[in-house]
Amino acid sequence: MTKTTNHKAWYFVVPVVVLVAFNALIPLMTVVNYSVQETFGDNVFFWEGVKWFEDVLNSDRFHAAFLRQLAFTGMILAIEVPLGIGVALSMPRKGPWVSVCLVLMALPLLIPWNVVGAMWNIFALPDIGLLGRGINALGIDYNFTQQPVSAWMTTVLMDVWHWTSLVVLLAYAGLCSIPDAYYQAAKIDGASAWSVFWRIQLPKLKRVLTIAILLRFMDSFMIYTEPFVLTGGGPGNTTTFLSIDLVKIALGQFDLGPAAAMSLIYFFIVLLVCWIFYTLMMRNEEQ
Amino acid sequence: MAKISLEKVKHSYLAQPTAPEDYALKQIDAEWQDGGAYALLGPSGCGKTTLLNIISGLLVPSQGRVLFNDADVTQVPTTDRHIAQVFQFPVVYDTMTVFDNLAFPLRNRGIAEAKVQKRVQEIAGMLDLESSLRRRASGLTMDGKQKISLGRGLVRDDVNVIMFDEPLTVIDPHLKWRLRSKLKELHKRLGLTMIYVTHDQTEALTFADQVVVMYDGTVVQVGTPVELFEHPNHTFVGHFIGSPGMNILPCEVENGTVRCAGHAVQTASSGRPGSDAEKTEIGVRPEFVRFDDHGFPVEIIKVDDLGRYRIVEVRYEDQRVKMIVEEDLSIPSESARISFDPAATRIYADGWVVN
Ligand SMILES: Nc1ncnc2c1ncn2[C@@H]1O[C@H](COP(=O)(O)OP(=O)(O)OP(=O)(O)O)[C@@H](O)[C@H]1O
Ligand SMILES: [Mg+2]
Repeated sequence: MTKTTNHKAWYFVVPVVVLVAFNALIPLMTVVNYSVQETFGDNVFFWEGVKWFEDVLNSDRFHAAFLRQLAFTGMILAIEVPLGIGVALSMPRKGPWVSVCLVLMALPLLIPWNVVGAMWNIFALPDIGLLGRGINALGIDYNFTQQPVSAWMTTVLMDVWHWTSLVVLLAYAGLCSIPDAYYQAAKIDGASAWSVFWRIQLPKLKRVLTIAILLRFMDSFMIYTEPFVLTGGGPGNTTTFLSIDLVKIALGQFDLGPAAAMSLIYFFIVLLVCWIFYTLMMRNEEQ
Repeated sequence: MAKISLEKVKHSYLAQPTAPEDYALKQIDAEWQDGGAYALLGPSGCGKTTLLNIISGLLVPSQGRVLFNDADVTQVPTTDRHIAQVFQFPVVYDTMTVFDNLAFPLRNRGIAEAKVQKRVQEIAGMLDLESSLRRRASGLTMDGKQKISLGRGLVRDDVNVIMFDEPLTVIDPHLKWRLRSKLKELHKRLGLTMIYVTHDQTEALTFADQVVVMYDGTVVQVGTPVELFEHPNHTFVGHFIGSPGMNILPCEVENGTVRCAGHAVQTASSGRPGSDAEKTEIGVRPEFVRFDDHGFPVEIIKVDDLGRYRIVEVRYEDQRVKMIVEEDLSIPSESARISFDPAATRIYADGWVVN
């Protein structure tokens, strides 16, 4: 069979190329532009080569923010994934309660980031917030605006509240797609509830969990609005995650060169981690 | 090992069944002798899977009792019933090797590892799975996966009954034939009770000593393949078993005489249908219809040559009759006269035989 070639077909791709160029490539090129030059305004630029990249990679400030970021992402993944699976497992599979549960689960996902931040800020205030007062009433000294541990706890809790639902919904969809025959076979084979989970449910959830983890990783690794509204990166710098730090450098200090270099490094880290994760999962799949 | 009885079992998937149509099983009384090889035969949707699930305890019947050796087990959970069941579509535990899959039912029951090894090797040998024992089950073909499912059913030796729910649907015909022979052989060797669900009559007739025919949520007949062929209790059995199926022809009964399209027909039924019967029919298999100069006139519409015999389709009024004609007999060209062998012709009233 001979393939017919029709180069005119390329014209159909043009709109997409233009769109991607304007909303992604060209803005990104500006960042690249800033990352290798020094500017003092007035459109005067001096070539700096890779200096900004070296500076950023060697700076203690970047290392600290990066570690905080890793710790935060690690923590929320470690909480949200198992919790999400647990909640999905305990949700009813049929009956009138299904829709009630689904709506309840979807609610937090519908709230805008800054509103979540503001809500939790007020909720957790030690003098007027319900959570803050409640914890203090239990005799625990809690003040997220002053204590790093409290600030971290609140930030993590807020993220768990906001995003566990995503894992729940994905896991629930995965669970619903397991044919009944698997559960029946497990009963016939005398499998315990744990075996059913470990040998049937978890393996069948692998694909959706891969997606859930990827989404939660990317999202939390780039988190900005919620902690910014809640703690503003404080107390001190204790909740200054990568993107908050980036904004501080770029807009607070107006160091455009280092900020651009940092953006690119940041971007490549996210890309790299996603790629590694995806490749690993897919290789596992092929076995 | 046990005798299994079902007493007045009814089942509906609805919460509040009212009409008879709401029941997937209308009323089942059945007995499965210890060590029997049974086939459960019936069209799609007649309730075969439902019946198996009730025996294995995956479903609790809406009404009625399930007895194992006369002990009521209706409320006993599946695990304690000692039952193996193989489903229509393969179920394998993806993350485990083939060996671990086969060993799974045994290990769950805390059987000593030495015995597990021995049983699994034995079953794997029987199903030609030895070479893939170390492989991950998820990588196998459909055939291979279904063999694992079969293997998990066969590996236990403490079972009361092994039930196969159309287990060979997904398997290619050649392997199907081999596996079926294996199952049959296994039945002879181990003497386990086996119930084999199918809607393929050849499969049922070759596998089973006793065939249970189901239709629309009821058991219409239980018998050996020969009994089902020679004495169908219900027009459905006559129609479903045999190839081609039994001819079912409307008839009138007047003063004890049976007439088809005005012609008197001799039958083996000595009784006569009650006057309340809404529908009276005669049933005669194509094997027992022959050309006869003294019979009633028909028009020949089709002849199928199948080698050793021919299937001739004839017509009178708007009824079609199939007949099997030996190779060497000549067939009249257009019109002919036929008659039915009285010994093999029976009256059916509302579907049920009149003896
Ligand atoms: N889980 C269920 N919920 C509701 N109705 C069901 C369910 N399972 C089966 N039924 C209905 O019960 C009837 C009997 O179904 P069953 O699966 O027992 O038939 P079957 O004889 O096994 O058919 P097949 O040969 O197609 O497997 C069918 O009408 C079916 O629609
Ligand atoms: Mg079925």
